[in-house]
Amino acid sequence: MHELSIAASIVDSVTESASAYPGARVKEVRLRVGALASVIEDSLQFCWGLATEDTPLAGAALVINMLPVIVHCDGCGADTEIAGVQSFRCPRCGELAADLRQGRELEIESIELEEPDTALPDPVEEQV
Amino acid sequence: MTTRIVELRRGILKKNDELAAGLRNRFNSAGVLVLNLVSSPGTGKTALLERTLRELRARGAQAAALVGDLETDNDARRLAASGAPVRQINTHGICHLDAEMITKHLEGWEGVSLAGLNYLFIENVGNLVCPSSYDLGERIRVVLLSVTEGEDKPLKYPGLFNSADAAVITKIDIAGPCGFDRELALRNINEIRPGIRIFETSAKTGAGINEWLTYLEEPGGG
Repeated sequence: MHELSIAASIVDSVTESASAYPGARVKEVRLRVGALASVIEDSLQFCWGLATEDTPLAGAALVINMLPVIVHCDGCGADTEIAGVQSFRCPRCGELAADLRQGRELEIESIELEEPDTALPDPVEEQV
Repeated sequence: MTTRIVELRRGILKKNDELAAGLRNRFNSAGVLVLNLVSSPGTGKTALLERTLRELRARGAQAAALVGDLETDNDARRLAASGAPVRQINTHGICHLDAEMITKHLEGWEGVSLAGLNYLFIENVGNLVCPSSYDLGERIRVVLLSVTEGEDKPLKYPGLFNSADAAVITKIDIAGPCGFDRELALRNINEIRPGIRIFETSAKTGAGINEWLTYLEEPGGG
């Protein structure tokens, strides 16, 4: 339900970053999304089309890399990926594991830009 | 045409996270314990808060509440009867509160200064999905589960249950007629959020409320 506001945040953030590369077109936006981030992939893809409409990102592809949960086990010390999100137990020793090492990510990993061959300008310094 | 990959590694909700970090600093310097109450609609966030505000005031503590709803100020009016300062946040369709809404509603809140408060409760919009992504600067995120909802709620909404610091089971006075399986509910909560503090309460009869209040009064706050 909040995927539209997530999509809008991505558009704002990427538009800002891409403005450092004048003349470039954003071809692809790659995300890292943890299994516990409460984001539904299909829903975000649907909202992406709406959020990018009439923006410089119109037509850009959204690639969502879903990340499984990794727990740290205090018992055996291992960091292990768990299958699904129904039980937070160390797969090695079966102990409950509250310490998450991966699974809440909600980030833009990278963007792919397409630039005209003639001018490959150095990026303009981002305004802070 | 040439293609170029630009690594960003940037949080999508960075703006919210930064605002929330600022709020957390303000809350800590003011010495106010801030709790974010999340649950599905109808679990009894407002009923628990009504009772909590009343009891805390009776114990001499200063408590206030921000209440999120899509529309209406019904909850704020209910809570104001406790005598505590209450402010309604209407999100007009947005399914969660965010740090910007909290920041905005702390401004110009007549008669309320953070430094004068012991507790600030934030009642989130009834929703078990979206509020999990939005940090409000709270110290304690409390998830509520009522005995009428089904013991498998934690399994259905692991993102939110896993993000909580405490869980409150509500309406335990009607657990019997609802056929509520207490052991199963406790087990499910613990599978999703191992080691979490769990309180079993009825805002109506007062059952379990003392344990809950004692938790709020623990040194360092919960």
